[in-house]
Amino acid sequence: MRRAALALLAAGLAACSSSTPAARDTFAVWDPYPQFAAESDWAKTIDKCGAEAGVKIQRQAFDTTDLTNKVLLAAQQRTAPQVLVVDNPVVSTLAEAGVLRPISEAGLDVSAAAPNLVSAGTLNGQTYGTPIGANTLALYYNKTVLTAAGVDPASIKDWASLDAALAKVKAAGKKGITFSAIGTEEGTFQFLPWFWGSGAALTDLASTQASGALELWKSWLDKGYAPNSVIGNTQTTSWQEFATGDYAFAENGTWQLQNAKKTGFEYGVIAIPGRTGGTAPAPTGGEFVTVPVQDDKATETTAGKIATCLTSPDRVLAADTALTYVSAVPSVQQHQIAAMPELKVWVDAVQNAKGRTGDNLGTRYPRISQPLWGAVQAALTGAKAPADALKEAQAAAAAAK
Amino acid sequence: MRPRLAAWAFAAPLVAYLLVCYAYPLYTNVNLSVRGYTVRTFVHGGAPFVGFENYAAVLADPTFQKAVVNTVLFTAVSLVFQYTIGFALAVFFARDFPLSATLRALFLVPWLLPLIVSASTWAWLLNSESGLINALLGTKIHWLTSPEWSLVSVTIANIWIGVPFNLVVLYSGLRTIPPEVYEASSLDGASGWQTFRHVTFPMLRPVSAITLLLGLVYTLKVFDLIWIMTRGGPSGSSTTLATWSYELGFGSMLPRFGPSAAVGNVLILVSLVAGLLYIRAQERA
Repeated sequence: MRRAALALLAAGLAACSSSTPAARDTFAVWDPYPQFAAESDWAKTIDKCGAEAGVKIQRQAFDTTDLTNKVLLAAQQRTAPQVLVVDNPVVSTLAEAGVLRPISEAGLDVSAAAPNLVSAGTLNGQTYGTPIGANTLALYYNKTVLTAAGVDPASIKDWASLDAALAKVKAAGKKGITFSAIGTEEGTFQFLPWFWGSGAALTDLASTQASGALELWKSWLDKGYAPNSVIGNTQTTSWQEFATGDYAFAENGTWQLQNAKKTGFEYGVIAIPGRTGGTAPAPTGGEFVTVPVQDDKATETTAGKIATCLTSPDRVLAADTALTYVSAVPSVQQHQIAAMPELKVWVDAVQNAKGRTGDNLGTRYPRISQPLWGAVQAALTGAKAPADALKEAQAAAAAAK
Repeated sequence: MRPRLAAWAFAAPLVAYLLVCYAYPLYTNVNLSVRGYTVRTFVHGGAPFVGFENYAAVLADPTFQKAVVNTVLFTAVSLVFQYTIGFALAVFFARDFPLSATLRALFLVPWLLPLIVSASTWAWLLNSESGLINALLGTKIHWLTSPEWSLVSVTIANIWIGVPFNLVVLYSGLRTIPPEVYEASSLDGASGWQTFRHVTFPMLRPVSAITLLLGLVYTLKVFDLIWIMTRGGPSGSSTTLATWSYELGFGSMLPRFGPSAAVGNVLILVSLVAGLLYIRAQERA
């Protein structure tokens, strides 16, 4: 039924596309920020960048989960927007589809951005956009709960010390930790810091390190450190659990910082520890500004100018602040810390973070991520032992085209 | 010649509507399912014809069997309870009593609520940690997060949503049964049960048939409710053909258009068969 509706939409779009004028004076910009109204700083920045390039801007905001298919359909009907702001793991899919121009042809420059963030937009040696900023995951903690349980957050350096802290919290009659292990990309996103923090790599889901990470999560459910609801939690519902004030820890993202201030209890943030210490690499979130393929070069050049303007350090800071993102540009990150010292832990986390589609996984990533969240679900529900679940996931990932 | 032309002119809008809104999407969906689409060929064209390869892939997938069993259970159990409860309520409301109209209107609420609201509300009620239902029952059942309960939970929610539809249709069906028939049966000394068994139920058969057929088609394609409550999980334990089709096409960052369309077509086929069986039964009656 849904496919039918999409086909209809396609038919409608096709009907509209025939009237495209030759010389374009209005540029379409699509972004996944429906929370920003027309009078927001972000929308005004886009308008300004359009004015500098001598064109009018027509901005359209989509829900981020909708955007990939909207863009694919639009590209099919040759009505893709001139500038597209899109979630980083989707960049390689769209590049593979031939929807995006590589930055070398679109006139974008990513040399100022941190290489670990740029890597998410790189496929087969070509980069397809500029990161607008980044978010990632860390552990929020509730100071009141930790104090009552006699846990010093500074003592949490590795998995063993985190486990010990959770045991103390449980003994004190409070709830340990909440996260999101839902059977979607969100579940894999949340599992990756533990997965990578164990030393595992996405190219081998069946490694002993990988099962170590899944066993850690499973043990938290078995020991009652984490609620069973994590199996169905999105990151939002997991946050709602933490916001009740009963939980010591929550694995969540930079975007919850504004909400954290509204919880009514004192909170802190620590990096997610690696298995044997150090900061675990967390996956990067955040969007890339890209230039979709157009029929004429001149349009792409102008679109490239708008994209460059949107990601220029002075312009992007306003957007990053509004989104609570860490800037992709190291020098701007230092400005952010100076203005808001609590961002330091997040800047550190972003500097240690990895792109999901990095390591040249590109479009292989979605084929790995899906079996991985399946394995996490199978293990946490007790349907399969962690090692078996991951072995099957690896077989599925290897078989997927 | 003239009246013929006029007849065509009158039929034209309908024909155009059917072509644009039914034939074309259906053709596109069939076409998608018999071609080997990748994201690149989806955008730039040139997807090779692969025949029934997508169907074979879908049938061989271990999820297929699970999704079929779940779809059958979800649909059958939903229909039985929706119909039985709806019928009981319709008979109950058939006799006018003070406030019966108000009460009947209240029963419509589940049907009128946007699905995102009712599904989210059910997800809250059934939350294993802080849900009202566990608190009420004094249990600690993992309604939505255990493979044993997730399908039960979404079915319960779906029954709740479907009862009003059955109530409304069967109630209006009951109103069409002439009172003389009841008068006659009471004169013949029929008991309440006998009246129901030999008058009400048989006379409602045509209405029941259409209610069940529509219910079947509605229930087969239920997607939003399950997606909001469990995402078809955990571990695929509440995945139906409808949610699986969506998952294949839109659930990951790399869409699999062909297999997704193939699953969608299987669903269309099942609905079509049900519709044909209904028409056949109608013709015989």
